[in-house]
Amino acid sequence: MIEFRDLYKAFGANRVLEGFTLEVRDGETMVIIGYSGTGKSVAIKHVVGLLEPDAGQVAVDGQVVAELSRAALTGLRATIGFVFQFAALFDSMTIFDNVALGLRRRPGISEGDIASRVAEALALVDLAGTERLMPAELSGGMRKRVGLARAIALKPRYLLYDEPTTGLDPVTSAVIDQLIVRTREALGVTSVVITHDMRSAYTVGDRIAMLYRGRIRQVGTVAEIRATADPVVRQFIEGRPDGGRAAERASLSQTGQELGLEGVDA
Amino acid sequence: MVTSLGRRSIGLVTGFGQFGRFLGNVARALPDVRTWGGLTAQQMRRLGVDSLPIALFIAAFTGIVLALLASYVMTGAVPPYLVGTLVTKTITMELGPVLTGLALAGRVGANIAAELGTMRVTEQVDALETLAYNPYAFLVIPRVLAGLVMFPVVVAFAMGMGIFTGWLTATNLLPITNAEFMRGARLFFMPFDVWYGLLKSASFGFVITLIGCHLGLATRGGAEGVGRATTRTVVYSAEMILVLDAYWAVTLLRGHFQ
Repeated sequence: MIEFRDLYKAFGANRVLEGFTLEVRDGETMVIIGYSGTGKSVAIKHVVGLLEPDAGQVAVDGQVVAELSRAALTGLRATIGFVFQFAALFDSMTIFDNVALGLRRRPGISEGDIASRVAEALALVDLAGTERLMPAELSGGMRKRVGLARAIALKPRYLLYDEPTTGLDPVTSAVIDQLIVRTREALGVTSVVITHDMRSAYTVGDRIAMLYRGRIRQVGTVAEIRATADPVVRQFIEGRPDGGRAAERASLSQTGQELGLEGVDA
Repeated sequence: MVTSLGRRSIGLVTGFGQFGRFLGNVARALPDVRTWGGLTAQQMRRLGVDSLPIALFIAAFTGIVLALLASYVMTGAVPPYLVGTLVTKTITMELGPVLTGLALAGRVGANIAAELGTMRVTEQVDALETLAYNPYAFLVIPRVLAGLVMFPVVVAFAMGMGIFTGWLTATNLLPITNAEFMRGARLFFMPFDVWYGLLKSASFGFVITLIGCHLGLATRGGAEGVGRATTRTVVYSAEMILVLDAYWAVTLLRGHFQ
């Protein structure tokens, strides 16, 4: 289980997370949605210790990530696969070496085992036979699939996806969504998917949580979110330019003017 | 003005603090031999062997100019064989290490900062961490070790090339025979001269790679940030080469006058 407990994180004057609390249950796929720049990626980077919270905690299986020793954090990271927004493949390595890199860190795995695990992972993302290619020779969608293969080759217990379909055409996005579902079925992993693509969220998610102004605005099953009465969540899932968020902005602005404040904006 | 001074002071202290933290992280990654051991040889080739052409090119022309300059300065005043002395001593102790160091600050330092900076802004460094690698063991230590070991090797070749072209120039363009040049070269030669030059170049290699790695990993803000890190690496490395050059002269040469 992954728990975000009253998490606060700021970068200078920019307060990103302000009391973010969320529980991801074992075996489920939790989708976190929200506007660009609201801290979705920041939140999941705390899970693997890439960022440390200003206040609050992130716990994985009861272990508070920020309190782990370097060795314990390395051990925890070995159980978590992270799929980066732009794949983050190593330019100077072949696709094989990219996928094999994490496996080479594991003790007791022979080169033969590594080769078969790499082939298996690439086959799962429909990229068998690309082992000798370099990342620059692949399209954006293929690179993302290699990023996914690199994560699943480690047979992790948790998979974190940072905007897996951003920048892809609808067909490639649907392929990635299928892969996320297939990976969950094949490996039985607990997943957190960051996205603002609602079609993707409905396809891959068991539950959906909306991050808004640094904290969770609403969390619920796909059906609950689809039927939400919250105007901010409604506006987001329907992708309308006007609605709850715009109304909230106007209300804040009016309140600011009544108080004699200038430049008040949501 | 006071505000500006205060901001600069804070920036300076913060910069030293970040560099201190970087050094601490490097020191903590040292026991992870399993990671950096296999990668160091690859970096030695990239940083050292691939730098040989530029180092030899610079040394070749330095040797030519030095021989002609020595002859010009000493005309009629001192015996011509001292051209051999001047070329050998200057190339070995000063111009070989310093000119090669400055050239490699551009080639190696900028390369490291750009590569690591790009890796930072494209999340490749984060990806390494999520794959349970220590980025300091994987990226920094192999480069710094390669710089420390390979800079003296490159400079040794540069020394040889500079002396060779100096000899070639002296014996073909100046009224100096091979015997005279060799006599001058041997007359004041001390093994210390070579060690001095190689020690300096090792320190240059250490500092250039360390600065490149630090500024590369500290890169923020996309392509502009990578460009800034690269420029700063070259500038700081060049400054540090001159500072270290003076430091080694003060600490190792001053004793010879006493």
